[in-house]
Amino acid sequence: MTPIGVDEWVARSDERRDEGTGWRRALARADARVGWWPRLALVTVAGLIFAQVSTNVNIQTVAFNCLLYALLSMGLNIAVGWSGLLDLGYIAFFGFGAYGYAIFSSSALGSGGSGGAHLAAFESIPIVVLAAGVVGVVIGLVALRLSGDYFAIVTLFVGQAFVEIVNNVDPGTLGGVNGLFGLDPFHSFGVTLTTPLGYYYLALGVTVVVAAVLHLLDTSRTGRAWRALNDDPLAAEAMTMSVNKLKVMAFSFAAMVGAVAGTIFAAQQDNVFPTNFTANILILIYACLVLGGVGSIAGAILGGIVVTAAENMLSSPTDAAYLFYGLIIIALIVRVRPWRRLGAVVAGVIVFGYVTHAIVGAVAPVATAGSPGSPGWIGSLMNGYVIVPKNPTNFGNALYIALIVGLLAIIRLRGIRQLIAVIVTIYVAACCWESRLIVNPAITTQIMLGAILIVTMAVRPYGLLGKHRVEVL
Amino acid sequence: MPLLEIDRLSLAFGGLRAISELDVEVHENEIVSMIGPNGAGKSTVFNVVSGVYEPTEGDVRLGGESIVGFKPHKIARMGIARTFQSLRLFQNMTVKENVKSATYGNTKASPPESILRLPRARREEREVDALAEEVLSFFGERLAGYRWNQPAYVLSYANRRRLEIARALATRPRLLMLDEPAAGMNPKETGEITELIGRLRDELSLTILVIEHDMHVVEGISDRVIALDHGIKVTEGSFHEVANHPAVIEAYMGRDPEALAEA
Repeated sequence: MTPIGVDEWVARSDERRDEGTGWRRALARADARVGWWPRLALVTVAGLIFAQVSTNVNIQTVAFNCLLYALLSMGLNIAVGWSGLLDLGYIAFFGFGAYGYAIFSSSALGSGGSGGAHLAAFESIPIVVLAAGVVGVVIGLVALRLSGDYFAIVTLFVGQAFVEIVNNVDPGTLGGVNGLFGLDPFHSFGVTLTTPLGYYYLALGVTVVVAAVLHLLDTSRTGRAWRALNDDPLAAEAMTMSVNKLKVMAFSFAAMVGAVAGTIFAAQQDNVFPTNFTANILILIYACLVLGGVGSIAGAILGGIVVTAAENMLSSPTDAAYLFYGLIIIALIVRVRPWRRLGAVVAGVIVFGYVTHAIVGAVAPVATAGSPGSPGWIGSLMNGYVIVPKNPTNFGNALYIALIVGLLAIIRLRGIRQLIAVIVTIYVAACCWESRLIVNPAITTQIMLGAILIVTMAVRPYGLLGKHRVEVL
Repeated sequence: MPLLEIDRLSLAFGGLRAISELDVEVHENEIVSMIGPNGAGKSTVFNVVSGVYEPTEGDVRLGGESIVGFKPHKIARMGIARTFQSLRLFQNMTVKENVKSATYGNTKASPPESILRLPRARREEREVDALAEEVLSFFGERLAGYRWNQPAYVLSYANRRRLEIARALATRPRLLMLDEPAAGMNPKETGEITELIGRLRDELSLTILVIEHDMHVVEGISDRVIALDHGIKVTEGSFHEVANHPAVIEAYMGRDPEALAEA
């Protein structure tokens, strides 16, 4: 009989958390009961339903990209999430896969745009993926003599080297800066994919298969060993695990998943350029994984979908405005309690805005002479509410700084002052958005992605679906 | 032939001699304790035997075969398992996974076999599961079933020590090296661990080498005691012989002031 003490109390903390009330508890219970494959089946069905109802070709392409990044972050998760290897050369294997497909399924190996290998996808993809695995082992064997930061630096070099190699080595075959184009569409067993929807189905199939494979690997002896060496390499070594070999394996498996993603990317794009595989893309993949939850397959998929979808929404002004104001409203509803306080904030924002607009308009008419940047009904709604001067650039820049100050004030202040800071900051945010941010979509996309990442990490430090991790106790 | 032979072992870190010409023999099915003040070199001996450090001179043999220069995982696969003084569990894995992970070296299924759940992978997984449960059951209520799916970091200090022993057992060792198994335990738990070490020898017919500071534990379990100080073997023998040896008393208590005055 175990005596009940502090030990017991700590040990049962998870059970206590599950004792919550209402829908949360029901959800937690259901979550604990359902196995992995019904979940994956559910996600697959959702993906198929999406394909049935979507008719917009652009959205289908975005959906393909979402799955592509889901795949990429699942692969990265093997090295970073499970084995704890800060692999900054991952992008090279994405590129390796894409260029591999481009070489084997095009006229690249022929001369003057004719001839070439033109292999079917079921031939070229396995060849390329296995080759990526072998290259992964070779690079892994060299890089893994180093650990921690040193390993990261060497792999970063590998990523950079890849871009330089395809730029400069053998432009006749690899295309140099002009890249390779006119690739064969994905064709195998009499099926040729030509539509965005077709590639979406392909990406869905590959994503589901890779997710299943990785789950089965995670729960096997290899997966356990990877996670063990992430927690404590010395103890793993003392407990019969060959740490170096396991690290090379993890690096190589990550490389193979990256290469799979590369092949379908190349087939869908029907061209490849060196600029598709720069450090920017690597950072985006890391963002997917970190946002979704390092170490979790479901998190990697969700992160890939969320980041890619958000990025695409932010590049269209209408969608960007929806996302911007939508996030503010959601944040208010989630964070501001009780309802009376929420009502006060909403009323405060509306009144404060119109009053400020009226005062500024009366004092200096030129300060309100501009019109809101958002298109459509949001723009007309904001007209007469936000302050947009005739020439908004400098004003907008100043507002941007004011917005950051306002956000800091919200974090630092308490009580009624915080309430006032929230009201003023939301108004400043709206003015800043309409006068400056929406005018520069490329920069705004980056700022918003960064903001989404910061807020998510502040609310959920382990990512959307990540598990609590302990480093040292 | 002794199971473990440490033969004129020396280890120097630069100019510092951590171990000097140490001879130790541990026979099959024996429990040997190593005692000595902090910094005497006890844990360093463990680190050399388990392959973390390579000795400067001398030899270490397991069952007559030299194991010097082998990687730690190779030595562990040959049958030497250890625990760590400063606990080194896989904190973010569950209790059961911690134990199962230590069977890596004794299982063979390749990643493709595991992914496809081919017969060998399934059989091994069943065996590993059974082994983990058997090993954890050794600790009775302390590591009872409801804990098996908890992450290791929620365990109490004493339970982490138990889990480290369970994990070491899962490597199917011939020689088990325990580094301060009773550290941080209360008197009742210390009694339990003393009894447990005896059971490990009797029921699993293990050979056990223990580092321990708690003299009740040392007295309760040891067939033989070795006292170390400054990397040198001070004396060796039964608990009472060693405990009453003047050099041991001096190492622990300091010199008798009167004797000092006379000298």
